[in-house]
Amino acid sequence: MSSQVSIVNKQKKSKSAVSSKERVSRILHKYGMLMILIGLIILMSFLSPTFLTTGNLLNIVRQMSVVGIVAIGVTIVIITTGIDLSSGSVIALVSVVAASFAHPDTYPFFVPILIGLGLGLLTGVINGTIISKAKIAPFIVTLGMMTAARGAALLFSDGRPIGNLSDSFKFIGQGAVFGIPVPIIIFAFVGVISYILLNKTKFGKYVYAIGGNEHAAIIAGVNVDKYKVFVYGYAGLLSGLAGIVLTSRISSGQPTAGVMYELDAIAAAVIGGTSLAGGIGTIGGTIVGALIIGVMNNGLDLLNVSPYWQQILKGVIITVAVFIDSRKNRKS
Amino acid sequence: MNKEHVLEMINITKEFPGVKALDNVQLKVKKGTVHALMGENGAGKSTLMKILIGIYTPDSGKIIFDGEELKVSAIKNALDKGISMIHQELSPIPNMTVAENIFLGREPSYKFGWVKAKELEEKTRKLFEKLEIDIDPKAKMSELSIANTQMVEIAKAISYNSKLIIMDEPTSAITEKEVHHLFKIIRSLKQEGVSIIYITHKMDELSQITDEVTVLRDGKYIGTKSSDQITKDELIEMMVGRELNQIFHKQQVEIKELALSVQQLSKKGKFENISFEVRKGEIVGIAGLMGSGRTEVLESVFGINPSDSGEIYVHGEKATIRSPRDAIRYGMGLLTEDRKLTGLFLPLSVQDNIITVTIEQYAKGGFLNEKKIREDCQRLSDQLAIKTPSLQQLIKYLSGGNQQKALIARWLLQDPDILFLDEPTRGIDVGAKSEIYNLIFDLAKKGKAIVVVSSELPEILGLSDRIIVMHDGKKTGELSREEATQERIMELATGELVTSGS
Ligand SMILES: Nc1ncnc2c1ncn2[C@@H]1O[C@H](COP(=O)(O)OP(=O)(O)OP(=O)(O)O)[C@@H](O)[C@H]1O
Ligand SMILES: [Mg+2]
Repeated sequence: MSSQVSIVNKQKKSKSAVSSKERVSRILHKYGMLMILIGLIILMSFLSPTFLTTGNLLNIVRQMSVVGIVAIGVTIVIITTGIDLSSGSVIALVSVVAASFAHPDTYPFFVPILIGLGLGLLTGVINGTIISKAKIAPFIVTLGMMTAARGAALLFSDGRPIGNLSDSFKFIGQGAVFGIPVPIIIFAFVGVISYILLNKTKFGKYVYAIGGNEHAAIIAGVNVDKYKVFVYGYAGLLSGLAGIVLTSRISSGQPTAGVMYELDAIAAAVIGGTSLAGGIGTIGGTIVGALIIGVMNNGLDLLNVSPYWQQILKGVIITVAVFIDSRKNRKS
Repeated sequence: MNKEHVLEMINITKEFPGVKALDNVQLKVKKGTVHALMGENGAGKSTLMKILIGIYTPDSGKIIFDGEELKVSAIKNALDKGISMIHQELSPIPNMTVAENIFLGREPSYKFGWVKAKELEEKTRKLFEKLEIDIDPKAKMSELSIANTQMVEIAKAISYNSKLIIMDEPTSAITEKEVHHLFKIIRSLKQEGVSIIYITHKMDELSQITDEVTVLRDGKYIGTKSSDQITKDELIEMMVGRELNQIFHKQQVEIKELALSVQQLSKKGKFENISFEVRKGEIVGIAGLMGSGRTEVLESVFGINPSDSGEIYVHGEKATIRSPRDAIRYGMGLLTEDRKLTGLFLPLSVQDNIITVTIEQYAKGGFLNEKKIREDCQRLSDQLAIKTPSLQQLIKYLSGGNQQKALIARWLLQDPDILFLDEPTRGIDVGAKSEIYNLIFDLAKKGKAIVVVSSELPEILGLSDRIIVMHDGKKTGELSREEATQERIMELATGELVTSGS
């Protein structure tokens, strides 16, 4: 008995013996990407006078909200060591289908929303079911869905945009409440709900466990198959939501919408500290990651950098950011 | 500068966030000797060795190897200098062959990196011949038992022809037979002038194989002694800083009704016609050499690899168990043999590792009762004396023995009626071992049915009411506590009695 007491005491001592140097490095470790975001913002406000205005800042978040919503779903998928490449195409499919139910004086505005969400959820559940039941790699399954959903979007719309949307539907992407654009409110809402899901519920604990060691999770009695269907279903649902927001914002259903969104979403997650090896990642991190991409896009626009150079610069910056982050993680 | 020392590590200090792992530690190893490094779980043994081979950089200190000051910055450098290490946590690349694993990074190859497969295999075969290891170089690592994986790691460390080989708990995963084999290898290495640093928690190995022993306690250097001059009690005193009541008494427990009955269980190529029973309050041991099918039987009853035929009855009723989830629903628990592969969630916190099986119990309307989780985990952590700066520490930063304790805590928290323990004290230090034995006795007293698989015969003998012995996938005998002796078990385990008798 005395042994335990003595060990506990020693622990206490060593705890207080942490040097301030250690503490600083731990804070850096945890909030590194947030500091990069703040650094970028400070840098940009020196380079461009228009950058640090409420209007512009809201604009950045509004523009990022579609990719941000997708990125949150993708983050949860990646934490389980999975990947979802289908988000962009699902956005397009939801876009054309929802738009066709959103013409003025046809259905009430919630009909296209529910249909869009349901369709997104369905694609996700299909992904998750194939991945868990047929044991096919997520990369392949969602690659298949990416191609198929894009095809379905083109087929449904005959390759043409679907316009003439009702005002109430357009409010989702273009309206504002108390001066805050609705897409931002939706993005924040999704962030909060997902944070709670991942941190306060058993679903969240299982997500991390599956990603941390799937084999051990099975032995610990976790219903891995079921939770994978949930995870991909949730990601699909969020893609559907993103599709609705985007459609409403651009006032038309576009079969070519959302191209490369899945990659921006994955980039946001990874920049935000999500590990492709699974078991590691946070919603807060991903939101910061999405904002870093948003600030970069916006900043380069304000500075009149040509779109071609923008792409090159973005690629470089993403790689460097993740490199710095991984160096920091490895050092001990 | 001392000529007779191959290695001198002086005033080594290393601090991790929240833990001072090493505080002015020294280690001096004489040429051509086996030097034991001992200490409780979390004392800093593995960390000191990882500094030596360049995985960690020390905050301060000096290392002199083979007469020159060592500035190791990468493992590759350490290997080039002539130091190799068998790690405590095995890390084979499962989809590669044995030969590819051993010569990873130095495959014999043509220009442009085309690997000479024949030569690779041949080199491995020669190495195994020299070491008298009987493993197919072409076998996939994933097909190997954990003990064979350990033997491959040993062979790999030796294949570098190093001057100094570090062995971090090499015998925690292998049975008596392989231990003898390893000792034979160590003796011949010594003859060739190779020095060895040998980390272990097994007291009797000290006199059998080592020349000197250095003891660490709580990150501090305690002393170095000659192995044949130190008594077991003195050593324990050095390690834990006080005398330790190592004796654990098997408590008399009333053995009640049948809890688990396994009948005629078979799985092709693994085991055949295994039947056994466990009653409430009873501890049944399963003994056998590696590859005898002990682990496979447990895994099959627990639904990880369901059997081809046979029946399982839980509390008298026929049970259908096709997955671990089913088994857990029937009130079973299984502490697996390989903590890294099938137990730990390395990226997660100690607390999240402990609660995995039990989360449902803490979820009310989907939300978790975090206060209750914290309290329960803290209680278990105190009970098992898990050494960690906090329950939120990531488990990958805990020492091997403390990770094992966290996994034991996971199953204690679940509180199953039938508990299978596969090598429960793997990597656990002497002091904590008797604590864990006492915990197992307490469980039996509470009416739990317990099955223990262990390669350590004293452990099996000390814990069990009844002992089942397996050989080559078959049950070769069942001994009561009174009948059981080490010799009797070994006879049955090696199958000698069976062949001579029939
Ligand atoms: N990378 C790390 N980060 C933080 N703490 C660490 C790290 N590595 C080790 N530690 C801590 O340092 C201490 C010493 O650990 P070490 O692995 O050296 O112990 P050990 O003597 O090998 O124990 P065992 O017998 O259990 O293997 C432990 O308290 C451990 O939690
Ligand atoms: Mg260790």
